[in-house]
Amino acid sequence: MSGITLREAAKKPNLLAPGHRLCAGCDEPIVARLVLKAVRGPAMVTSATGCLEVATTIFPYTAWRLPWIHSAFENTAATASGMEAAWRAMRRKKKGPLAKYGTLDIIVFAGDGGTYDIGLQALSGALERGHDFTYVLLDNEAYMNTGIQRSGGTPRAASTTTSPAGSVIPGKKEWKKPIAEIVIAHEIPYVATMSAAWPLDMIRKAGKAFEVEGPAFLHAIVPCARGWRYPPEKTIEVSRLAVQTCIFPLWECRLEEGRPVYSLSAASTAIARRPESKRPVEEYLEVQGRFRHLFSPERRGDIIDGIQAWVDNRWRLLLEKAGL
Amino acid sequence: MSEKPGWRELPRGAVSYKSTEEYETGDWGIQFPEIDHSKCTKCMLCHFFCPEGAIRVREDGYTEVDLKYCKGCGICAEECPAKCIKLVLKT
Amino acid sequence: MRESQILMGMNGDEAVAYATKQVNPDVVAAYPITPQTIIVERFSEYVADGEVETEFVPVESEHSALSSCVGAAAVGGRAFTATAANGLALMWEITYIASSLRLPIVMAVVNRALSGPINIHNDHSDSMGARDSGWIQIYCENSQEVYDACIEAWRIGEHPDVQLPVMVCLDGFTLSHTMENVLTLPDGAVEEFVGDRRFITVKGHMGEAELRLDPETPLSMGPFDLQDYYFEHKRQQVEAMDEALRVIPEVDAEFSKLSGRSYGLIHPYRLEDADIAVIGLGSTMGTVRYVVDGLRKEGVKAGLLKIRAFRPFPVEEIIEAVRDIPAVGVLDKATSLGAPGGPLYEEVKTTFYDESDRPLIADYIHGLGGRDASPSLIRSIFKGLEDIRSRGEVSEKVTYIGVRE
Repeated sequence: MSGITLREAAKKPNLLAPGHRLCAGCDEPIVARLVLKAVRGPAMVTSATGCLEVATTIFPYTAWRLPWIHSAFENTAATASGMEAAWRAMRRKKKGPLAKYGTLDIIVFAGDGGTYDIGLQALSGALERGHDFTYVLLDNEAYMNTGIQRSGGTPRAASTTTSPAGSVIPGKKEWKKPIAEIVIAHEIPYVATMSAAWPLDMIRKAGKAFEVEGPAFLHAIVPCARGWRYPPEKTIEVSRLAVQTCIFPLWECRLEEGRPVYSLSAASTAIARRPESKRPVEEYLEVQGRFRHLFSPERRGDIIDGIQAWVDNRWRLLLEKAGL
Repeated sequence: MSEKPGWRELPRGAVSYKSTEEYETGDWGIQFPEIDHSKCTKCMLCHFFCPEGAIRVREDGYTEVDLKYCKGCGICAEECPAKCIKLVLKT
Repeated sequence: MRESQILMGMNGDEAVAYATKQVNPDVVAAYPITPQTIIVERFSEYVADGEVETEFVPVESEHSALSSCVGAAAVGGRAFTATAANGLALMWEITYIASSLRLPIVMAVVNRALSGPINIHNDHSDSMGARDSGWIQIYCENSQEVYDACIEAWRIGEHPDVQLPVMVCLDGFTLSHTMENVLTLPDGAVEEFVGDRRFITVKGHMGEAELRLDPETPLSMGPFDLQDYYFEHKRQQVEAMDEALRVIPEVDAEFSKLSGRSYGLIHPYRLEDADIAVIGLGSTMGTVRYVVDGLRKEGVKAGLLKIRAFRPFPVEEIIEAVRDIPAVGVLDKATSLGAPGGPLYEEVKTTFYDESDRPLIADYIHGLGGRDASPSLIRSIFKGLEDIRSRGEVSEKVTYIGVRE
């Protein structure tokens, strides 16, 4: 699956059925469908409480055409750990309903809520124990399902319902938690960032994640038309801008001989090679209502410059790590 | 309430017993896409970008929209590189 | 059957670990907390020595422990965990979820007082706090009962008419850390008794399937219920508990053929002609039995009713056992702060409210935080019951016995 073509991927079955009740233009089902295109054999999914979980399983309907379980919000990594452990035990015993599966891809879908904050402990534990599973972080940068409240993944200055752009405080004061770096520090085999604007890149990364033995972590930027406030047809465009402005670069990190080895993905390598093609982060901020207060009633150059500096710094760091 | 099953009839374990395919979201939107196959380059991006998975790739390589589920979000039209998808307002 | 059993010296925790070893579950996911630690440690030794094929998941918290058990059981495996006090409190959210998903997980709860203040000693506040969660709760008087319950629990929970998780409760330190004689079954007998896990069949969205996750028969577990379905799903769990009242004695009858020991739902002792009796749970009832025997020698018609299964609550059996006894004292080893009495007292009183034949019932809350329940304390309770019986009324409905005033 890591070398799959778009044509082959188009033929793969749609494991997330239509008829779910996510918003029109929501990026979560796009990302979920793309990741599931990389399923190579027996697979199971566990989802954290969140938009994807809730809107795809309004009883008695379900959109999931593969085995799926939701248990709670903060424990998806622990639930996945148990699923994987049971499979291992059955293989060892050569007994039990899952013993016949030589491979079994266990996939977690969790939002930034269930990962950066309340889910961080379970994730850290599962990574430390080295379970063979793939954790897909659907990062829409706030607790969207409960009404757009800020999370550890909310970027600086974004207006959320618990970090509103008020007359005194202009949105979230804190910077986005570097979740991918935290995961890399756990020394797991494969970590990657992805955007649905590069669908083949996403499917291939999912394929690599499934193939890896041990934990794999995929961090997807998932624009939310409702929470980020832009017209729904722009979802892919906003995702693309995140990459083009380098606020969310695309890269992979493999653990090789005990060291994290970074490699940029095509979309970000292109920018690294032609720095003039790097677009100012302002172009990303100005299309989203959650940053509107940075432009109206007056342009907040101080904050925008601060965000640009943060982006530039992290981009430089990434280039260093990738040896560019 | 009388149409919904009682507790004795529901599957135990609260497992879902219907596919969302029985829930047609096609009436959500105020617009729907029309694909002009004469201009289509068969890039299939609309198939990958549709949040519903309602755009399928046909045998001949062209795509077609299943209006039973299309919510009219407009991503396909916005992203089509050949600009061959037009959004039509429902009447 | 006695001949083929082996007498071993073990404490309650070791009995849990040993029984679980013989069951050889697929997954044990547990986090250490005093006084449960011996269970995890002993089981880890079994794993390290290759005596079990279990996958031991050293989780990073109790919440993850039960979550991992949920994942393991959901995919058709046998999953076991153990905890106490605040560990149970931390996994409280998941206890409800495990029950609603109808997963027959088995958990040993080594009863310890809930913080605060932090206290590592025995009372029932932890498992009482989880009594509404939809788990079957079995309380054990001694390590023999613990060993036996840890084997029976799998068959009870996995019974097609039940499909609920089971909590085996043992008193912290009093049972968990005290060496006792335990008759153990041979490995083969345990293996044969628990057999393979049985599944019920459900109609899912892609056809009929056993209630477990399998790529060949996909199911969606843990859906989002709106106002139109949650109530029905809960009502199904009520039925499962009702079924458990019938299933627990059935499984027990089968187990007694194997072991020669029979348990059922309640253990009445010398109640047939009793004037006064004490109702309670767990190891204290051993002390009560000793006191009852002493009182009987003195001519006092005392008796006791040990309740083994607290959930489901054996209403009919309790009515049958104590309806004709003039005065009954309930031993509560937990409080329900702000309530009219302790949890066991409230349930016993509710049980008798509509009955025409019913005893005078008094609550004796004792033993909180491991406060010792000595024979003399129990004697004073019987003395109080004698007063109630002769006066024909309960002047002090709830007594906090053993606390310094």
